[in-house]
Amino acid sequence: MKQKIDPAKNYQETKEAIGYVPRKQATQADYDRIGFMSGLEVHQQLKTEKKLFCRCPAGVYNDHETYDAEVIRHMRPTLSELGEYDGTALMEFKTRKNIVYRIKNETTCTYEVDDTPPFPINRQALDIAIAISLLSKLNIVGEVHITRKQYLDGSIPTGFQRTAIIGVEGEIYLKDRPVRLIQLSIEEDSCREISDIGHTRVYKTDRLGMPLIETVTYPDMVNPDEVKEACDYIRFLNRSTGMVRTGMGAGRQDVNVSCRGGSRVEIKGVAHTRWIPELTHVECFRQWTLLRIREILLSRFPDPAKWNMTHKELKYQDIAYPSEPVIYAKNNGFRIGAVNLPGFGGILSHFTQPKKMFASEIEDRLKVIACIERPNMIHSEEQGSMISGDDMEHIFDMLGAKEDDAQIIFWGPDDDIKTAIETIEERCRLAFVGIPGETRKSFEDGTTIFERVLPGPDRMYPDTDSKPIPLPTEVIDELGKNLPDEVINRYKQLVAWGVPGDTHIYLFSKNLFPLLSRIANDLKIDPKFAGTFLGHTLKNLEGKLPKGKQFTYEKVYELLQFLTKKGIDLRIAAKALAEVYIHPQMDFDSVMTTIKYKKVEKEEILSKIPFLKNKFAQIRISSKPEIETEWIMGELRRIAEGNINLAELSRAIEA
Amino acid sequence: MSEDIFQGYKGEALELLKKFNVRVWGTAEIETSRGKFMGTVLPRSENDDEKHIVLKIITGYNIGIDTDTVSDMKETGYKKANYKIPEKEFPYSANRPNVKLFGTGGTIASRLDYRTGAVIPAFSPGELYGAVPELADICNLDTEKIFAVFSENMGPEQYIKLAIAIGKEIENGIDGIIIGHGTDTLHYTAAALTYMVQNSPVPIVLVGSQRSSDRPSSDAALNLMHATTAAAHGDIAEVMVCMFGPTSDEYGFLHRGTRVRKMHSSYRSTFRTIGDTPLATITRKGVTPIKPIYNHRRKDKCVKVMPYFEEKIGMLYYYTNMQPDMIDMMVDAGYKGIIMIGTGLGHVNKPLYPAIVRATEKGVPIFMTVQTLWGYVHMFVYDTGRDLMAKGIVPLENMLPEVAYIKLGWALGQTSDLEKVKEIMLTPINDDITEREPYNGYLIYQGGVPEVEAFIRKVRK
Repeated sequence: MKQKIDPAKNYQETKEAIGYVPRKQATQADYDRIGFMSGLEVHQQLKTEKKLFCRCPAGVYNDHETYDAEVIRHMRPTLSELGEYDGTALMEFKTRKNIVYRIKNETTCTYEVDDTPPFPINRQALDIAIAISLLSKLNIVGEVHITRKQYLDGSIPTGFQRTAIIGVEGEIYLKDRPVRLIQLSIEEDSCREISDIGHTRVYKTDRLGMPLIETVTYPDMVNPDEVKEACDYIRFLNRSTGMVRTGMGAGRQDVNVSCRGGSRVEIKGVAHTRWIPELTHVECFRQWTLLRIREILLSRFPDPAKWNMTHKELKYQDIAYPSEPVIYAKNNGFRIGAVNLPGFGGILSHFTQPKKMFASEIEDRLKVIACIERPNMIHSEEQGSMISGDDMEHIFDMLGAKEDDAQIIFWGPDDDIKTAIETIEERCRLAFVGIPGETRKSFEDGTTIFERVLPGPDRMYPDTDSKPIPLPTEVIDELGKNLPDEVINRYKQLVAWGVPGDTHIYLFSKNLFPLLSRIANDLKIDPKFAGTFLGHTLKNLEGKLPKGKQFTYEKVYELLQFLTKKGIDLRIAAKALAEVYIHPQMDFDSVMTTIKYKKVEKEEILSKIPFLKNKFAQIRISSKPEIETEWIMGELRRIAEGNINLAELSRAIEA
Repeated sequence: MSEDIFQGYKGEALELLKKFNVRVWGTAEIETSRGKFMGTVLPRSENDDEKHIVLKIITGYNIGIDTDTVSDMKETGYKKANYKIPEKEFPYSANRPNVKLFGTGGTIASRLDYRTGAVIPAFSPGELYGAVPELADICNLDTEKIFAVFSENMGPEQYIKLAIAIGKEIENGIDGIIIGHGTDTLHYTAAALTYMVQNSPVPIVLVGSQRSSDRPSSDAALNLMHATTAAAHGDIAEVMVCMFGPTSDEYGFLHRGTRVRKMHSSYRSTFRTIGDTPLATITRKGVTPIKPIYNHRRKDKCVKVMPYFEEKIGMLYYYTNMQPDMIDMMVDAGYKGIIMIGTGLGHVNKPLYPAIVRATEKGVPIFMTVQTLWGYVHMFVYDTGRDLMAKGIVPLENMLPEVAYIKLGWALGQTSDLEKVKEIMLTPINDDITEREPYNGYLIYQGGVPEVEAFIRKVRK
């Protein structure tokens, strides 16, 4: 081994070579250059009492250790309609997982564990889904067909999710243009994962079977911020009905991303919309990078079929100076091996994502497919001292490697070695093809890791356990009668009212627009004031003060109504709301006493001005009139608040 | 040919398809008052209504279009799906035992054509190997589709055909037999084969599945692996039912064909041995006997096939206020024997007495079993029981009602001498009547009790 690649340098150089820019500096020109394209699948739990296909309660959760029994299952690929096995299916089968379900009697019946066929669909859930479909301008189907969508990861004990299309071809809005919707489906929610270690994956079934809708957009978004905007819009639209669940995990999204010349990769289960921009940015550049890697490899091997990986079993003696991961492998009694990857020099340390290089792609797959926990490998282009130069040279010679090659040393339990070798080879071969179709797991820093092979189109099966449900026009018309107005119109109304833009997200995410309208229309309070009061004052309180159990947003209305009726100036409302928020059961008169408000007639306050002017003249801090006004305002503020409009007072002083 | 082009469509929907000249498997654009829909027109299931057209849309989902809303339709293409289960040649090895699988039409040997509701059998060795490749590590498998009927339509004709076919295979030197069967009446067939195929030198294993094999969580593959293992390598040469032990994918049970019953309409672990422990547990590693005494595998081919059955027999499930004419009608209709399923220890009400006497006098024997399933008929305990016996009812100890029904048909198929019939009925065959009921033969724990809950939490069920 004559010339060693400097991994850190190579990483930096390759990052520059593909033209990576951090998101903060990226412009639309950057996204146009790499052909950014993204679409969404937005999931939203519906607010129903019971689950979708059985009569278990919905929304009752338990912690990991609270369970009554465990059921164990294995998932097996079934043939698709065209007689093929789905790619994901085969991968999941390779992983040979024992799936353990922790069940709690209160939330799980024989349906969830697939020991009884489904009961008729929850009508309440179906009606909510239809209402939201109408709002999303979708074409409502004439008949709902329950379909089975295969999932072999075990997240649903049947091995498939029951799901059905409610509407197709709809539309939502970005600020400046519409985004097309592909479809909206109703489906049962999946299990929550507790752990996934080695060959055992553990789930709990409390969430399983809860009604959920999925809104799918076309890949119409052309930059990361638009993706978030579209996602927010869909979530606000869902919430505007007041018939969906809110809170942790009630709304989740999968984000599809591709770059020009790339292929669809699905980032799964993004918990917060604010993560979306960074995730889509990083993923698009990762794909762009993989295309460059393909170019490099194809230039080295114009015929990829001639590329051959070689493999040797190692002994621990082969590594004279073992580092921490190798010692760990040895102590676990793992078998250890090495592979030579011809022409992969400079590829393993090639930039793929911030702080990640191509080698991670292999490492992630070893964990997921071969079920070998990390650390599961080291390689010839590690940054740092994972392996000594002498040892690497020894292995290099053993493998008969050439200068351009790269090497991986890996280990694992006896049973998993075969899969491990196949997995490494498969990922390397895919590098010649370009971008593997994958679903990827997201992290807050915007990076993603391999989760599973992207399912093919052939994993849908009609559910032979259920009958189609007709949706007559009368039913749809009836549901269409009580729809809230569209979010886009509400947005325009807020702008027209002059409600500040930084309140909009809060108002929509809490579905406070209807409340705001009532305050404006019924109480005749200036909507700009009311919108700011909700979007700034209330939001601020929520972050800071402990909320009283009985507090609902309706209290805000009641408080403003009280103040208006009593003719109390609304500027004191903020102070009062702070009290109401903590002690929602206190009557408003007591609230006013607590904040030391006393009713004083306007005339009485105004009558004090001449006296104060005299006093100011005596103490003579300054001769400037604005200082005088300020000083007098300060003196009167306590009694003035709530009794007189402060602007009016100030004008009276100046007069 | 018109049925083929508009498969399953009737009434309005059919008229609409004809009017716009759109065929099943045609890709269509449909204009409706609810907007435009595009997709492939699928066949309509026969039992669904006449007011909808089924489309598979591009995302793979199916939807229905209301015929009332359609204003225009256009066929833009045509693509007929062709379902075929891939076949791979089942590898043969001289070192592995030879097993024969008889298919009867149950879910273990079929896969539903979900579009049409028809059954596509996944059955040839090659197809089975394609779906469950592990089978090749267990045995050399040969298959024969002996008939294709749903479990509920199995009857004496099928029992007899099966028994004769099994006898032939054994005489030809097979190492084990598997029968793929729907689960609803699996235990009837198991009893019938126990009586009809006696002294078998090899295992005869009935197997089914509670979740069809077209779903990833199906129990079919594991059941099939268990059954082939028991048939190819097990030492128990009896007629057995092989199905899940717990609902988890852990181990299976081998139940004696005469003591087993389906006890839950949908659970995987639905088959239970009643009044005794199961014969054995089975995993992919092999058979672990629970009962110490059983018929061992032998090298000879001396099987005794007794394919007899009198079909004119019946069962009466007693209920309070049953009227005597229930029995009279059966006697008058020419029934040759009746299994009565009585309450408690084997009782029926007094108004039935004259009908029972009449039946006995007319040469129609009545045998008593119990609704409780567990426990023996004890007709000496109360006067009622003694009265009934005096009137000619014969108690059948702890024989299960369904087993008694099959045995009576089999006995009357051999002889019309009622004394002989009674003797056959009361002579235990393969534990259809056991001398004793072990303490652990009746275990039905009830949830909610702390120690039971602790057990369930600790030991996966």
